[in-house]
Amino acid sequence: MSKDTPLMHVTSLKKYFHTSHGSLHAVDDISFDIKKGKTLGMVGESGCGKSTTGRLLVRLHEATSGSIIYDGIEITKADKHEITKLRTRMQMIFQDPYSSINPRHTVAHIIGEPLKIHKKVNNSQEYEERVRNLMSTVGLADRLYDAYPHELDGGRRQRIGIARALALDPEFIVCDEPVSALDVSIQAQILNLLMDLQDKLSLTYLFITHDLSVVKHISDDIVIMYMGQIVEIGPTEVLFKKPLHPYGRALLLAIPIPKLNVKKERIILKSEVTSPINPKPGCRFAPRCQYVKPECLISDPILREMSPGRFVACF
Amino acid sequence: MDKILEIQNLSVNYFSDKKIIRAVNDLSLDLKAGGVLGLVGETGAGKTTLALSILNMIRGPQGKIIAGTIKFSGKNILRMSKQELRNMRGKDVAMIFQDPMTALNPVISIGEQIAETVFKHERVSRAEAWKKAETMLDTVGIPSDRAKEFPHQFSGGMKQRVVIALALACNPTILLADEPTTALDVTIQAQVLDLMRNLIRNNGTSVLFITHSLGLVAENCDEVATMYAGEIVEFGTIEQVFGKPLHPYTKGLFGSLPDLSENLKRLTPIPGLMPDPMSLPDGCYFSPRCPCKIDICDTKHPENINIEGHYVKCHLYSSDISIRNRI
Repeated sequence: MSKDTPLMHVTSLKKYFHTSHGSLHAVDDISFDIKKGKTLGMVGESGCGKSTTGRLLVRLHEATSGSIIYDGIEITKADKHEITKLRTRMQMIFQDPYSSINPRHTVAHIIGEPLKIHKKVNNSQEYEERVRNLMSTVGLADRLYDAYPHELDGGRRQRIGIARALALDPEFIVCDEPVSALDVSIQAQILNLLMDLQDKLSLTYLFITHDLSVVKHISDDIVIMYMGQIVEIGPTEVLFKKPLHPYGRALLLAIPIPKLNVKKERIILKSEVTSPINPKPGCRFAPRCQYVKPECLISDPILREMSPGRFVACF
Repeated sequence: MDKILEIQNLSVNYFSDKKIIRAVNDLSLDLKAGGVLGLVGETGAGKTTLALSILNMIRGPQGKIIAGTIKFSGKNILRMSKQELRNMRGKDVAMIFQDPMTALNPVISIGEQIAETVFKHERVSRAEAWKKAETMLDTVGIPSDRAKEFPHQFSGGMKQRVVIALALACNPTILLADEPTTALDVTIQAQVLDLMRNLIRNNGTSVLFITHSLGLVAENCDEVATMYAGEIVEFGTIEQVFGKPLHPYTKGLFGSLPDLSENLKRLTPIPGLMPDPMSLPDGCYFSPRCPCKIDICDTKHPENINIEGHYVKCHLYSSDISIRNRI
């Protein structure tokens, strides 16, 4: 695969959930590419569809419509057999290290289970060796082999989640808020680990987070989502220097900076996110936007390429 | 500035299965009248336990304040009668809880919850208390015609505004804000903090602002205290601590943060974990993780050292020459 071919190509992806109040547009017509060996950061506030997108990509949800092409394979249409094969190549790290691992299994069992399911090992000796290797890769002490999750703190549990995701030598990992539940000092340990692993194993990440300083630190490109839609895409540096979308700007200016005398203007957005159930046509952000124009309320703005790799959806 | 709240040598323990959990250890801290003091630290450092102690809300048999005094305007809160405490809580000292989803009573309308507080503490009629509740809701940006609605009808950000309205309804002298925006998204966080800042400034309220975000401290506080394993390891004005952090733990916290303005490729995390509060180390509690550890740190607990009003609990800054020579 050449360097410019994206590893994953998403077009017009939609996911609607049916609720008793109507159709909830969790992901509403989004398109983006993920470059091989890079990290795509996905940011947005709670409920904007970040996690749903991540889950769609590894097919933990069935898409309502649209296409996800991964290395030439259409994920949304792949049959059960193909999906099982694909799962060895794409994995997921979950947000909450307390609820995403089985409390009744030992550390070794949790990490080694994918090896068994996909029959990657031939005998128990090989199995144990692989599991111990994985544990040392993510920095888990050898003595924890037979430990249970409740004996471990959040940081170590998250390392288990990472080791499990690495068990099948994947090339693509969806990291769904992997550090949000951790304290800052532990958060830094995990971020460093993820970046080291990427270098060593040439992994591609989709990194989902609501923490903008984390996303800036780890990502090559960033997607900003708002209510199920993409409002802005761009290379990290460029996007942070000059966000184009009014929401992107407000979001970046809202980050508190741990430094003295950082004078900055702040845009305090009015009101809150509106309901994603049966949304009205027009820009989703229009009710909170300070630059709202009549056309914003009539039709959805289209994601346009402003410069290479730089997209924005705004009139 | 006068001290409005003086905490001296406070120790709080929790008890479980014959084990003793030392949540707060010999902690002293003052809050100046009209000041905003930021209290930072990681999960389990004892921040919330400290706030609950100030309201004398540590309840037995699991928890007990075993030593120390907490003086509010010269009066020891820990010696107050039930009636005195009832009068103080919500009126003189109010608290904003971390989670707006659970801090409100789900079966009482939000207006009623605010009016109840006002009615209990001030000599007003029910009708006047309700009026006051409506005014407070207006102040925090919730239309007063929604006062009869229930918590589940509001979003997280709006519920937190209700909690703020509730805490500020009786113009408290001291506000304990325990992670008031942690449960909120960043644009909503900016809205809520902006609102809090204005209300606090107008009323001259003193605030203890508990958070784990150094960014929020830099933007909202005058003074800052770093808490680690139940004690204050560093205290100073924002300029002192952010300008030149002294304690290795505070430095570690800054190193762990991804910096938006600089392009660091690697973070420098603090190795290891916070010590188990059931078995704290003999010497300095931070010594097992400390990059600057010297021999004495394992055996002797450091004193609080005053460097021109900037306090630090660390042997590295000891005035005892015999200790410093060993560095």
